[in-house]
Parts: sequence; C-alpha cells; structure tokens
Amino acid sequence: MLKTSSDDDRRVIVADVSKHFVLRHTHSLKETFISLIRRKSLASTFEALHAVDFIIREGESVALMGLNGSGKSTLLKLVSGVLRPDDGKVLTRGRVAGLIEVGAGFHPDLSGRENVYLNAAILGMTRAEVDERFDEIVAFSEIEQFIDTEVKHYSSGMFVRLAFAVAIHTRVDVLLVDEVLSVGDEPFQRKCLAKIRELQASGTTMVVVSHDLDTVSSLCERGILLQGGRVVFDGPSAEAVKMLRDAA
Amino acid sequence: MIEICFAETRLTVARPAPEPNRVSRTVLPNPPGFTEPGRGVGLVDVFRRRYLLSLIIRKEVQVRYRGSVLGWLWSYVKPTAQFIVFFVALGLFIGLGGAVESYPIYLFSGMIVINLFNEAFGNGTKSLVDNGPLIKKIWLPREMFPVSSTIVAFVNFLPQVLITVIVAVVVGWRPSPIQVVGIFLAMAIVLVLSTGLSMFFGAVNVSFRDSQNFVELIALVATWVSPVLYPWTAVRDVAGFPDWLLQIYLLNPLTVAVELFHAGLWYPTTAQTAELPPDLYLKGLIALGISAAVLVVGQTVFRRLEGNFAQDL
Repeated sequence: MLKTSSDDDRRVIVADVSKHFVLRHTHSLKETFISLIRRKSLASTFEALHAVDFIIREGESVALMGLNGSGKSTLLKLVSGVLRPDDGKVLTRGRVAGLIEVGAGFHPDLSGRENVYLNAAILGMTRAEVDERFDEIVAFSEIEQFIDTEVKHYSSGMFVRLAFAVAIHTRVDVLLVDEVLSVGDEPFQRKCLAKIRELQASGTTMVVVSHDLDTVSSLCERGILLQGGRVVFDGPSAEAVKMLRDAA
Repeated sequence: MIEICFAETRLTVARPAPEPNRVSRTVLPNPPGFTEPGRGVGLVDVFRRRYLLSLIIRKEVQVRYRGSVLGWLWSYVKPTAQFIVFFVALGLFIGLGGAVESYPIYLFSGMIVINLFNEAFGNGTKSLVDNGPLIKKIWLPREMFPVSSTIVAFVNFLPQVLITVIVAVVVGWRPSPIQVVGIFLAMAIVLVLSTGLSMFFGAVNVSFRDSQNFVELIALVATWVSPVLYPWTAVRDVAGFPDWLLQIYLLNPLTVAVELFHAGLWYPTTAQTAELPPDLYLKGLIALGISAAVLVVGQTVFRRLEGNFAQDL
C-alpha cells in the first residue's frame, strides 16, 4: 500500500459513474427464438445511475436520499465493490465494510459463535481482531446464553441483533449503512444509533441510506439527493429532506 | 434484484451539484492509497485471505452432512458402494478381475482420482450460485468459492487414499521413490485442473445454468474415458485404433493422473509385468502444464465475467 499524502482527506471518490442494467425479456431458447421471428427486442437497458460524481471526505457522514428506484442502493453497492461501474470510476481509501443486509453470510446450521467468526472474516477482520472483540460483540447483541445454539433456532430479532453486532464491530474507515436502522426493538435501535454516533465521533466516514428521513438527517450533515439515477442535490441534509418531501 | 420502479415525480428545483465536489475524470490514474472496490487480483487474493478460506472450508465440512445420522460416513459409503458395483459387474461378471492383477486395487485407486475430480469440479461449478445471496451483498474474492470446493473435495479424498495405501501395504506394497512422487504429481494435476475448470464453468453458470448440467455430463463420461475400469492397453489393442487418437487419449490429464495413481499404488503390489503408458512421468509434467493452462484460462474468463455476478445471480 502506498503511503497517502497527509493533505489527502478524501475517502470515497465517485467519478462520473454510470451504471446500467440489461433487462432480458427472454428466458429460454424457445422465447428467444420466438422473439427473433417476431422481431421483438431481446433486451433493453435500464440506466440505474447516470454521471454521478462526488467526493466524500474523511469523517464525513453522508446520507443518500431518493425515492425507490432512484439508485441509492446501486450506488452503495458500487462503493462496496459488489457491483462495478459501467462508466467512470469509484475509488476508496482504507477499509470499507457495510451494514448492508446484515446476516448475509450467516449460515443457519452453524452456532452463533461460529457465525460471528465466519461473518467477521467475511467482513475483512483477522482472527486476532475477532478474538479481541468477541465478548464485546456478544454483549452488544445481548444473546449471551444462546451463543452456542445453532442460528436456525434463533428468533428473527436475535438473528438480526447478532448480525448487526458483528457488522458494527468491524473496524472500518468507511461504513456503509443501508436500511438497517430499523433493526430490532426500540431499545436496541437506540443502542445502534448510539454506537453509530460513537463511530462518527471517532472519525469513521459514513454513507447512509434510509427512508427514515428524520433519523437520517439528524445523523448526517450532508445529503445527496438522487432522482432517476442522477444527483439533483448535494448539500445540507435538512435541505435535501425538504426537497424530497416537497417533491413527493 | 434490479429495482425497476421509476420515480414518476420530478423535482421542481433542480439545483446542480456544488462545484467543489466535482471530480470528473481527472482522478485517473488512481491517487495514492486509493483502490477500486471489487477489483481483486484473483486467486492470489484467496491465499492472502487464508483465514477466511479456512473458515469457509470448515463451514462446508461441518454443514455438508448436518442432520444425517451417518454424517461423514456417507462419503465412504458412496465410494464403497460404487466400488462394489463396478467390481462385481466388471471384475466378476465380465472377468476383468482375472485379466488385471490385483484388480480391486487397480479399480479403487483409479476410481478415487476420478471421484476427486468430479466432486471438486461439480461442487466448484455450483459454488457461485449456491453462495449467491452472499455474493450479491458483500464483496469478497469470489475465487474463494471454487477454491474452497476443491479443498473440501481433497479433504474428503485423503482418507480414501489412506485406505488404498493400507490395503496395498497388506498385499505387499513396495513403491520406488519416483512412484510415490507420481502420486503427489497426480494429485496436483487433478487439483489444478478441477479448480481451473470449475472457475470457468462456475462463472458461465451464473448466467447460463446449462453449465452445471453440462458438467454433470462430463462427470458421467470422465469415468469411462480414462482407464479406471479397464487397462489402457485395451484401448491401444483395439484393431485400427488410430495412433494419434491414442496419444490424445493418453495425454488427457485425467488419464495421466489415473495412470500415475496406478503406477504408485497398484503397480508396486503386482508382479510388475503389466504395461504402464510409455514416458508416464514426462506425460505427468505435460499434464500438469495443460492443467496450469486450463487454470489460467479459467481465471481469465472468471475475471471477465465476475463484474456481472452480483446482478445476474
């Protein structure tokens, strides 16, 4: 890894990024054949993001806002690396991990303990780091007595708590948060928010996607408003929320 | 899934993004310290993240026979049953048992090689689709899945080698050093070949599920196009069998691996009068080279298609 120059406080660079999806209209050889004969189009493209361009600096918390289908989640997936841009470039500095659909790497047949280790490793932690944080993770999830039970016997609340606890204890430079603030019961939600604020205070950069506009605007100073895959506003989150509400 | 709900409402105030945050394309090339998310360096990444690899392998091993009474015994029951069927049908009914010395060892030592290949190749091909939910949500080196399938298959295979060795020792196994080296060479050939093939077919399988059916077909054929059930000389002695075709047959990396196993485990238990293919160890090195080439092709295709995995799964 190259040493970063001290004046570079950029964490995420999204440079002129476009992403489109090909929607195939045929799903079998027969359908393809019929469409060819009838001269119907086999596929069409859907532009999910168009020339999106912004920089996120160290310690900033940015809310991605927009209605369904505006491209928020696609953008988050581009930053996490799950998807690749078709045009333009996404660049990140430091470790990026996401609270994106927590529990994706959980296996129902493994115990809570085994799942904590597996998921932490998937999120990029080393063995030593997990060993060090294991107790903290379990304490946060409040399911100490079930930690050696197979996850398939967990209630959905327990499952989500443990998954969230693992994800939030990953040491990261950029944390991506997608619609997970609605996790668990109210006391747990408060705890999660407090933890997120604690990470913010310690300088973790954050990109948050949520439809809970009040929470999101209190959490982030800056808001980027997307509409139909384009950035239509980038500025104070309160203003972005206002614009979104006015439009809806 | 792709969200296809278009926002009907249009915002009235379309204020342009503030200028200071615009970067345009001037960022190319990457500033120091920055990386492009989702762009790994392929197989190297898998071994860089050995800890994750080991956990995934352990998970696969633990989960495979969960909920079954016999558990991992199943991975011995299956080859045993297969062995008995082949031995009874071919060894006794057709009489190969009389034609090939120590036929049970001949049969078993070849069979386990093909089984290793089929299991690693088959599971590796399906591994990406099986881990679809994870691939769609979190980025990790995706080569992890075919590689872990191969290693799990290998873990499953080793005890079978041990059983063969024990039986061979009982009947008087005295291998020469090169014959033992040949066994390891054969394992390397099969591991490299099946990883390369499963990366290729696994990547194609993401968009075209025809791939996994095709792989099952290959598995069906693999047992028969290598000298597992019959000696290779049976192919050579077919009247009018063209020599060039025989050479291709003998250079098939699987045939070479099977023959190396025969040379290492079966041959030293016999009177050593049977014929092994000429230049077997040279062929072994060539086969390893072919397998390495397959791995390079597999990795290349994998990387080419990888960008679409998350959206096509």
